[in-house]
Amino acid sequence: MRSLVFLEHHEGELQKGSLGVLSKAASLGEAMGVVLGPGGKELAPRAGAFGATGVYVSEQAELAAPLPQPRVDALASLVEQTGAEAVLFGASVLAADVAAGLAARLGAGLNWDLADLSLADGELVGTRPALGDTVLVDVGWKGSPRVALVRSGALDPVESGGSAEVRDFQATFSDFSTLAELVEQTQEESTGPSIEDADVIVAGGRGLGSPEAFSLLEELAAALGGAVAATRAVVDAGWYPYATQVGQTGKTVSPRLYIACGISGAIQHKVGMQGSGTIVAINKDANAPIFDFCDVGVVGDLHQIVPKLTELVRAHRGGQ
Amino acid sequence: MKIAVCVKQVPDATVTKRIDPQTKRLDRSGESALNPTDLNAVEEALRVKEAQGGEVVLVSMGPEKAVDALRKALAMGADRAVLVTDEAAAGSDLLGTARALAGALEREAADLVFFGQASSDGDGAVLWAAVADLLRRPVVSQVASLTVEGGSVTGKRQTEHGYDVIRAPLPAVVAVSDAINEPRYPSLKGIMAAKSKPQETLSLADAGVQPDAAGEAGAGTTVLGLGPPPSRGDQVRIEDDGSAAQKIFDLLVERRLL
Repeated sequence: MRSLVFLEHHEGELQKGSLGVLSKAASLGEAMGVVLGPGGKELAPRAGAFGATGVYVSEQAELAAPLPQPRVDALASLVEQTGAEAVLFGASVLAADVAAGLAARLGAGLNWDLADLSLADGELVGTRPALGDTVLVDVGWKGSPRVALVRSGALDPVESGGSAEVRDFQATFSDFSTLAELVEQTQEESTGPSIEDADVIVAGGRGLGSPEAFSLLEELAAALGGAVAATRAVVDAGWYPYATQVGQTGKTVSPRLYIACGISGAIQHKVGMQGSGTIVAINKDANAPIFDFCDVGVVGDLHQIVPKLTELVRAHRGGQ
Repeated sequence: MKIAVCVKQVPDATVTKRIDPQTKRLDRSGESALNPTDLNAVEEALRVKEAQGGEVVLVSMGPEKAVDALRKALAMGADRAVLVTDEAAAGSDLLGTARALAGALEREAADLVFFGQASSDGDGAVLWAAVADLLRRPVVSQVASLTVEGGSVTGKRQTEHGYDVIRAPLPAVVAVSDAINEPRYPSLKGIMAAKSKPQETLSLADAGVQPDAAGEAGAGTTVLGLGPPPSRGDQVRIEDDGSAAQKIFDLLVERRLL
């Protein structure tokens, strides 16, 4: 299968989610990357290491702002030019709109919220966890190209060490595609690894009791070299930034270790973290749903347990 | 200002959702309700109308009983409702749904088209961008605050990296996040008034959609099969008696997670 993979980039970095999709696409056939916007030429060669045989780049000014519609134009023309059988995306605020616009433009099927991609008898098959991940649905496409959005963080990038040929192209933009404009952009400050990149995540929910209690989690995360995440409830309450939100309307993460503190385990949170290697849950309520899908369930007060655990980890790290 | 709001009927939150093993699609036979995040879109439309005057039209696609769900939005204050309902539309995926809604929206020629964030039945999380492409209009999604003035709409939205402020000239398509407002409850007067508000039903043909461009026939995707999710192995349970931190630590060391 020949596929185009939309490689999203931000501040000079190809995003991990789209590199994960690229690695997967390369394992299923010929994968070509697409890097759109100024700075693309410099970034494009890096895609070769994750399995791209070629990378299409356009640095046109219309592609500078993170807006979907000019990207639909660019990808539609690439599909025509390359005869790609699939166009694959790692889900993000931007990618979702690009994928849906492209599907409508080309009359192509779009499957989204996929946790995996595979081939069955040479045909692309997507796996979508549904109904709060109680069911895995296998989905297919009826025609070409197949458009797919993979859950953020569901697939890990695999460095294979190849190199990619960079091909410049020029997109023609539709009259309506360039009407929307970016007026202002504010970056959110972040320290330590982002939750998508972290091997260890310490996450907090309502059970923390107050925004101040996040400092306990920050100390444990720092000791473990990990990142702090939050549930939707506490993000909505303004306790912690949206960039750290894990779940259906936030990010999907799959660290080696996920320590859930004061998190009840609502389905909308579960779908974002159940792919984690080992899940440790600390909660006062022995009946919290999170105890149904964790590996280590601790019934107790996180305010007591977390600081002690932090001390033990620090002593262990210090002694190494 | 003419404002259209795309809304959807979904299974009620109190209904246990299941997938019909025959059709491999969500069983929609039980109680249904208006998709909760669509209420934010209706609320925002009403606020724009209250500030600038005009009309709020609900546009939906679904079975005939979807009219019940539309009534709640009419009770909140929307002026009328248009429902695309057609047996040939059953089994529509993103393509069929987007085409039917775009067809109905073309007839309305609204200045602003609102969508809610995502539907609780798992569909439509990307619908706005597809509809905007078919209508050939600019789109702004995930909008958490909004101003409409001087013939343009400006939306602020949260992304993975921070905040973007995006402006688009009208007519435009806007998808709002559920953080944008607190939807009002219908008043008794509103509930009574809703009963006499105009409700129009359109066939696919009325919406200008060929029968093979919607429903199963027009779908670009297919469901191949269902399976159980992988299970997670044995669980360790710890009741804290003061030693929980030590026990967690020992397990992390044992499993080579430190």
